[in-house]
Amino acid sequence: MTLADYLPIAIMFVLAAGFVAVSLVVSRFFSPRNPTPEKVAPYECGILPETEPAQRFPVKFYLVAMLFVIFDVEIIFLFAWASRFRDFGWYGVAAVGIFTFFVLETLVYVWKRGALDWNVSRRARYAGSQREAA
Amino acid sequence: MDLTDFLLVLLRVVATFVLLLLVTVLNVWAERKIVADMQNRIGPDRAGPWGILQTVADGLKLFFKEQVNPRKAEMGMFVLAPFLAVIPAFLLFMMVPWGRPIEFADGSTFPLQGADLNIGLLFVLAMSSMAVYAVVLAGWSSGSKYPLLGGVRATAQAISYEAALGLAMVAVVVWMAASGEDGVMTLSLSEIVARQQGTYLGFLPRWNIFPQFGAFLVFFIAAVAETNRAPFDLVEAEQELVGGFHTEYSGMRFAMFFLAEYVNIFSMAALGATLFLGGWNGQIDTLFGWSTPGWLAAILPTVYFLFKTYVIVFMFFWIRATLPRLRYDQLMNLGWKRLIPGAIGWLALTAVVAAFWRFDAPWA
Repeated sequence: MTLADYLPIAIMFVLAAGFVAVSLVVSRFFSPRNPTPEKVAPYECGILPETEPAQRFPVKFYLVAMLFVIFDVEIIFLFAWASRFRDFGWYGVAAVGIFTFFVLETLVYVWKRGALDWNVSRRARYAGSQREAA
Repeated sequence: MDLTDFLLVLLRVVATFVLLLLVTVLNVWAERKIVADMQNRIGPDRAGPWGILQTVADGLKLFFKEQVNPRKAEMGMFVLAPFLAVIPAFLLFMMVPWGRPIEFADGSTFPLQGADLNIGLLFVLAMSSMAVYAVVLAGWSSGSKYPLLGGVRATAQAISYEAALGLAMVAVVVWMAASGEDGVMTLSLSEIVARQQGTYLGFLPRWNIFPQFGAFLVFFIAAVAETNRAPFDLVEAEQELVGGFHTEYSGMRFAMFFLAEYVNIFSMAALGATLFLGGWNGQIDTLFGWSTPGWLAAILPTVYFLFKTYVIVFMFFWIRATLPRLRYDQLMNLGWKRLIPGAIGWLALTAVVAAFWRFDAPWA
């Protein structure tokens, strides 16, 4: 593998980017431009927007993002092992098994803590935890 | 590398590019027509024979439409997002071999594949991650509520299912590395196709879908979710979010997102055909012992590849017409509580079976 093998990727990058750029720019010359205050206002089903878009989000989205990072890094390691499966033998299977077990343990923990439960109100979750404690 | 080599590479890339554009034009029409048939409607039938030029007409219409700049939009990011949607979509398909390499008299070959990298599968995963940026930036930079909600939803969905997608691919690689003759296996897709030549027991094609059916199921569900298609199209759930992350986009800018979506469907289907259905391998001519003329033998692999890809593309359309959209909590439950543990379980099963098959038992 040399850098020259990546040449098609670079060409395709330029080609795709050029295609988008040319379509957008050329279309500009042939399309009307008539911005009215109503047209450029943020879409709100036809009524005037009264509030700004929310700046804060449920923390679950961040939790999902962090979990994803853990799993994605795991998958990268797994590819390295998988492509040399025959060379590593049982040692590789055991090592990856232990590694995966600990990642899976994270998932189980997060699952049991309720981080993967969506659309559950805080009150319902509190009631559930009270029931468990009792 | 001299000029001839460079021109050959250029030809290959342009051919791949044109193939993708043609296929997109065809797929948009095919989807509308197929879903219409399933719902007892006629579908587009005005532009050209059977309405086959409908996509071209739609594209032309969008070309002459105004590109609205929303007042609250961050214009830099707003214009960048369509680029980020289209470029990874085209780059992803570069890895997929779509025909048998053409051999010349002097022994050199011309691969019918954008680029044959030894990190092929990793590149595919990387590009499908990059596609998330387009959605996030489009949603955020619009400065409007519905696109923002659609963008955040899309991100959480795409990254959830990407883990499952990657795990399904790892299971396939483990299986192929174990079943190969030697221990060396790269992630190049042309090698994955080459390893699926031949048959099991003399009649069953040596395709990964038979030993790796569980991985195929996970892959297919994750691929539908990755491309934000029904029943996982919560990103653009019309009843809740208007148009989703591209609500504020109009004209050619919108057309670019549309193009990227259909290129992604085709790429994912092509990837499925390559990983699980043997890529451009086919047995029809060899199985019955026919003598195939040379020109047909050159074309057949591409026909096999397109046929297999379109079987999967048809399944994409089919489940869109069949299944209602999931609720968001159902989507996340399916992704994290079913698909990912399931994929890890399948991977563990594959690894243990392959290890018992290839290595001495650990207690021996």
